[in-house]
Amino acid sequence: MNKVVVQAKTVELAVASALEQLNTTRDKVQIRVLEQPKKGFFGLFGVREARVEVERMMDPVEEAVAFVQNVTRMLGFQVSIHIKERGSRKKPVVLELVGEDLGLLIGKKGSRIAALQFLAEIVANRQIPKLRDKRRLILDADGYRERRKEALVALAHRVAERVIQTQKEVSLDPMPAMDRKIIHQTLQKMKQITTHSVGKEPFRYVVVGYKSIQSLRGE
Amino acid sequence: MKELVEYIAQSLVDHPDQVRVTEEISDDQIKFRLSVAPEDLGKVIGVGGQVIHSIRNVVQAGGLKENKRVQIEAVKGGSDLVSN
Repeated sequence: MNKVVVQAKTVELAVASALEQLNTTRDKVQIRVLEQPKKGFFGLFGVREARVEVERMMDPVEEAVAFVQNVTRMLGFQVSIHIKERGSRKKPVVLELVGEDLGLLIGKKGSRIAALQFLAEIVANRQIPKLRDKRRLILDADGYRERRKEALVALAHRVAERVIQTQKEVSLDPMPAMDRKIIHQTLQKMKQITTHSVGKEPFRYVVVGYKSIQSLRGE
Repeated sequence: MKELVEYIAQSLVDHPDQVRVTEEISDDQIKFRLSVAPEDLGKVIGVGGQVIHSIRNVVQAGGLKENKRVQIEAVKGGSDLVSN
């Protein structure tokens, strides 16, 4: 039971009774007053009780963990989920999946873990109405993100070198947003290199371009 | 895997009780037909189909174990085909 509607003499009493029914505390629920109480005429006519709706607020981290746990179990993976970062408005929640043979779950270039991450983020934020309160979510599997980051930084440098030598732009393979960001960040300080992304998700890819010294002087 | 499609859809919509999934299994593929309340259709498809593509991608992991391609169609409760 996650939502109750309770009637009582005052709003306070109604809320208290609802909290008791939900077996929870005030900071973990959302309260909507459906009807304010009315005392009526000498307490005789038109007396109306207060009505409130009290809904349990799910913790986004717990929601995400439960979702990822259930999905991976149903897919036949034995995975334990570690909460590495509970997140805040500014910091993403980070969950790490630990288990064996997670390659299939990560998918080509991390596309499957990115898809699962995308879905888990929606599920985690379902009950959060305000955009600014929504949490970002990062799913990692067996240190994949760190390994991937190293590979991407190396790739970025290699491609940048080639672009400078040939003075021709190079398009990379499609990759998830987080991966593209690493490429952009790695190359942003290089004066002769430009980067931008092209195409529609999930086929969006980075183009590494060349900016000649002359054009730099001309600016 | 039908349960998986059902579970994911139910986690995303406002009316989980109206989620229905049927499957059609052939040699090399499994076709799921995911039916949701009309007002929930956008939630399982997403902007540019991002949500339905993600569901397909995740469920495909199960399909690969059986050497089958996975297809998912989202439809309005009891009516026509809308997306793939």
